[in-house]
Amino acid sequence: MQPDSPRVDMADGRLVLSGDLLIGTVADLSCDTDGAHGVDIEQVARMDTAGAWFVLDLAARMGDAPVSGASDVQTLLLDTVRDNMPTGAPDAEPRQTIADRFEGVGRKVHDGWRIAVEMTGFLGQVVATLASLVIHPRRLRLTSLVHHMQEVGLNAVPIVALMSFLIGIVLAFQGSSQLRQFGAEVFVVDLIAISILRELGILLTAIIVAGRSGSAFTAAIGSMKMREEVDAMRTLGLEPVQILVVPRVLALILTLPLLGFIADISGLVGGAIMSWIELGVSPSVFRSRLVADIDLWQFGVGIIKAPFFALIIGVIGCYEGLKVGGNAESLGRLTSTSVVVSIFLVIVADALFSVFFALVGV
Amino acid sequence: MADPQNNAGHDTDPIIRVRGLVKKFGKHTVHDGVDLDVRRGEIIGIVGGSGTGKSVLLHQIVGLLKPDAGRIEVFGQSVRDTSDDEYRALRRRWGVMFQDGALFSSLSVRQNVEAPMREQLDLPEDLRRTLAGIKVRMVGLQDSAQDKYPSDLSGGMRKRAGFARAIALDPEIVFLDEPTAGLDPIGAAAFDTLIGRLQAALGLTVFMVTHDLDSLHAICDRIAVLAEKKVLAVGTMADMLEVDHPWVREYFHGPRARAALAGGDKNEVR
Ligand SMILES: Nc1ncnc2c1ncn2[C@@H]1O[C@H](COP(=O)(O)OP(=O)(O)OP(=O)(O)O)[C@@H](O)[C@H]1O
Ligand SMILES: [Mg+2]
Repeated sequence: MQPDSPRVDMADGRLVLSGDLLIGTVADLSCDTDGAHGVDIEQVARMDTAGAWFVLDLAARMGDAPVSGASDVQTLLLDTVRDNMPTGAPDAEPRQTIADRFEGVGRKVHDGWRIAVEMTGFLGQVVATLASLVIHPRRLRLTSLVHHMQEVGLNAVPIVALMSFLIGIVLAFQGSSQLRQFGAEVFVVDLIAISILRELGILLTAIIVAGRSGSAFTAAIGSMKMREEVDAMRTLGLEPVQILVVPRVLALILTLPLLGFIADISGLVGGAIMSWIELGVSPSVFRSRLVADIDLWQFGVGIIKAPFFALIIGVIGCYEGLKVGGNAESLGRLTSTSVVVSIFLVIVADALFSVFFALVGV
Repeated sequence: MADPQNNAGHDTDPIIRVRGLVKKFGKHTVHDGVDLDVRRGEIIGIVGGSGTGKSVLLHQIVGLLKPDAGRIEVFGQSVRDTSDDEYRALRRRWGVMFQDGALFSSLSVRQNVEAPMREQLDLPEDLRRTLAGIKVRMVGLQDSAQDKYPSDLSGGMRKRAGFARAIALDPEIVFLDEPTAGLDPIGAAAFDTLIGRLQAALGLTVFMVTHDLDSLHAICDRIAVLAEKKVLAVGTMADMLEVDHPWVREYFHGPRARAALAGGDKNEVR
């Protein structure tokens, strides 16, 4: 039914309303109340709560003028709305002043510090729980651990291998065009091996895993938090850190070195193939140079970083997940925070490792 | 199925007509030939044991779940075979309150109530706020609850806020999934009164899934019993007492039912 547009007329000093007073139509209806001292709604065909509010508002603006001509049903509706009229005008959104902005910056700095402290505390809790597993190995959730190892480790193999393979190709290609200028083509092997084994293999793997699994940890734990599952666990005497966090972090610590190893291998394979195509360095030459020039420490330096990166990614992913509040927006926000922060910290840690290895001379 | 004596004062055309509805989840059949008519302006209560598919029925009627077979018409129009525009127009004419409130968690209560107005109508901001304020008060929430977020509300308050959102546009039909579950008895009674009042004032049709024997008794014009994958019986409270089926008898003759029945009936309340 198409609504009749409502009308207001003046008769005998009363405002006579007619037509349909509905939520979709009252907004366009304006009338001035000068000299009127009553509202007549006898000719109103249909009226909903918005219409009733309009009538009451009109009467109120005329100084509580009487409303006449309401049918029984309309009276009931008017009464219902009258009982529920909001008191006073709703207050508008407060405006932001410059002082508010300064306060905001201060708050952020303070929050940043607080979060750093909290995160360190959480890290300590996770490490302590991990350590207690050495004494009580039966507390480990083996099924959950294996499940997460499959999720974060096995299922990540294709993407990690492919990425590293391509990086190997790019390095060989770029390196060869530079080294050819000096006639030092064969050093491409050292270039590829050192950059992939020491840095790129594990760093890029950690970044992919942070994007893949860190975000999944935050989202999974966060939605459990939202549905009060985490609280339910606590009341059942189950420790969320032990049940949710430790299997995930441990799975990462165990599988990230393996993923790093796979990345190293496929990076070298990619590099070898490209060197062969571009420079004519045959695979057997590549192999013998690799064995002769590169000692095992180059590989060790890369792989040793893996468990630390894993700890960073796992702890941050879970920490952000446990911070999720009651609304869906915080889940999304914290998931992206978790990825950004863990990639950032992984790179910071990598830089620290470089300094450290330079100092000890490997 | 529908009894003719109870037809007085209602349009003969049902506002909701469900015929031969079949719904399966994998191998699990939830509905197998559900028939139901809801008349314009009545309050119908849907009862049935937990997991008999009351919520699923409601979801199918409002078009959120696709039935495997059968036909559902609302306002004489099929819910499924409509164009997007027709469905949008249909949706404007009903309001739904979900079992767990289903409020938008990132919006405050008032913004939740304003959401349908914002989407469907072009209202000036202060009018929208005022109308939302009225709805929030109508459902019995304090003004101070208006700016709270759903996660900061109690379960009962979430229910009320969900109801306020369902009636934001003054729809012709409201679908309520257990509106009084989780409310204190006084709040539940006030809720019943409110639903009854709105029904009388706005000519609302109410499709209400409920286990609350008091509301069934106090405000429902008719009751439909969902059991054995179909609608087993439809009728007034008095009819229900006559039905000869073990579950129905247990339900309406149990100690709680007797207590509710003793508490006065629909016509006295209104
Ligand atoms: N999305 C779904 N997938 C599979 N099965 C479902 C789904 N939704 C509901 N069911 C099943 O359908 C049946 C009916 O569920 P429904 O939620 O309608 O129950 P209900 O009658 O509303 O119960 P209650 O009174 O507890 O709310 C249940 O057995 C449930 O397991
Ligand atoms: Mg249900």
